[in-house]
Amino acid sequence: MYQTTVQPNLKTIEAFDVERVRQDFPILQRLINGKPLVYLDNAATSQKPYSVIDTVRDYYSMLNSNVHRGVHYLSEQSTLAYEDARLKIKEFLNAISACEIIYTRGATEAINLVAWTYGRTHIAEGDEVIISAMEHHANIVPWQLLCEEKKAKLKVIPMTDEGELIMEEYDKLLSDRTKFVSIVQISNSLGTVNPIREVIRKAHERNIPVLVDGAQGVSHLKVDVQELDCDFYVFSGHKLFGPTGIGALYGKAELLQDMPPYQTGGDMIRSVTFEKTIFNDIPNKFEAGTPNIAGAIGLGAAIDYMKYLKMDEVAKHEKGLLEYATQRLNEIDGVHIIGTAKNKASLISFVMDNIHPHDIGTILDSEGIAIRTGHHCCQPVMQRFCIPATARASFAFYNTKSEIDKLVYGIQKVIRVFG
Amino acid sequence: MSELSELYQEVILDHNKSPRNFRKCETCNHDAEGYNPLCGDHIFVYIDLQGDTIKDISFQGSGCAISKSSASLMTSILKGKTKQEALEMFNKFHEVVTSRIGSEQDLSSLGKLAVFSGVRDYPSRVKCASLAWHTMISALKEEKSASTE
Repeated sequence: MYQTTVQPNLKTIEAFDVERVRQDFPILQRLINGKPLVYLDNAATSQKPYSVIDTVRDYYSMLNSNVHRGVHYLSEQSTLAYEDARLKIKEFLNAISACEIIYTRGATEAINLVAWTYGRTHIAEGDEVIISAMEHHANIVPWQLLCEEKKAKLKVIPMTDEGELIMEEYDKLLSDRTKFVSIVQISNSLGTVNPIREVIRKAHERNIPVLVDGAQGVSHLKVDVQELDCDFYVFSGHKLFGPTGIGALYGKAELLQDMPPYQTGGDMIRSVTFEKTIFNDIPNKFEAGTPNIAGAIGLGAAIDYMKYLKMDEVAKHEKGLLEYATQRLNEIDGVHIIGTAKNKASLISFVMDNIHPHDIGTILDSEGIAIRTGHHCCQPVMQRFCIPATARASFAFYNTKSEIDKLVYGIQKVIRVFG
Repeated sequence: MSELSELYQEVILDHNKSPRNFRKCETCNHDAEGYNPLCGDHIFVYIDLQGDTIKDISFQGSGCAISKSSASLMTSILKGKTKQEALEMFNKFHEVVTSRIGSEQDLSSLGKLAVFSGVRDYPSRVKCASLAWHTMISALKEEKSASTE
């Protein structure tokens, strides 16, 4: 069995110690503009622990070889490592089988895969697809294009001023015409944690399959796809402290088996003649070409790291950060939080009177504080709240209350400059 | 990184707070809409072109301090200028905000626009500063819309 030279010795930690955890992330030790980095842009991408960085480096240093092809030692070993990472994802999501885990470039590609394979074969003229008002563009545009092509309709579950889904409206949208529901678990622009169990249950009463966009969910909540009973679940590795360019699609085996391939080429076929091609079984049927091997193995290392931290400890720490940041930001005159759902993840979108989010972002950057400013790839959400953009501070388990104090200090500096 | 005060100079903060020519020009015969999809800056530029001369120019819209003050200063400077002079100013302005960090510039010929020389140190903000100018050019060329993308 393959072992990297650095198998991080990750025994489950006794108690969550944020200062100790921060030591695992080299980038958190660096200075930006002469100040210690305060990284509050975790909803865009998360930082990587040494164990992930070392795993990727070791793969290229010691093991680099193509998978599923060679009979030589390195190829066999890299195939084992690549498939071992798939098993880790399967366990992390509690899927029934590893063949239900398809590697993709990320959540976006996974949604596109489902729209263009399952969607194309199951959605016809007059049918309807339901999404929500708080979707990321990645969970709007693939369905919009599909609906245009099929002359189907895209229906949107509206939300309240607090940023919560209006479930009564969802009930009204569900009908015999509904053929698919695609819903975000945690909103990247508002932080809302959606009642996806209820969304799924109601869809299943009508035998409608549901895709859950877990791009933000996977790093904040314990995910159990069997318990959720979702039909598809997608996430990106880089938001889970893993490498960029790798993510996964979970799909129930019986659905995946019936779906046509997404891309075609090597590794996804069983046999090719010029007359006829027989496709491989799942998951390989959906993985054409040489995959992101290092990324997949790195993602496996990230999952190991999350297991070591324990998700409930992470959730507890993040809840404390959210409560503290909400309280501190609410104390500042002229700051308005956008998205005040009762059930929220550790993410705060805000606007300031007469100060554009981009100016907030640049001034905070001068203090070493990284936040996201803009529409967060959620233009319909911005339109819903009649704002061009927001500033967003998104927290991970390695953030601290003293970093939130620095954010507050930075916002006060913004007010001084523009006051 | 350069000092923040070089980006947010007094003139810029002033034009942001009290933008000049922030209105729709009733007599305009040229206009265009400018949009920066990255940050949502959205402006409209209106021009009253008489022969070859910009008799009046104004703008409306929403955006960050850099984009708003840039539009405000641009309208102040271009009023009364010819089309050709406006194009020359555009080229100069473009050079100021995009020239490589550390390169020598002749800021004296720029007059008030020199306050935007700090922008080149913030690559993500260059589009904010140049949006109004691109929109102005679109209006003169009667293209109706401009985008920084």
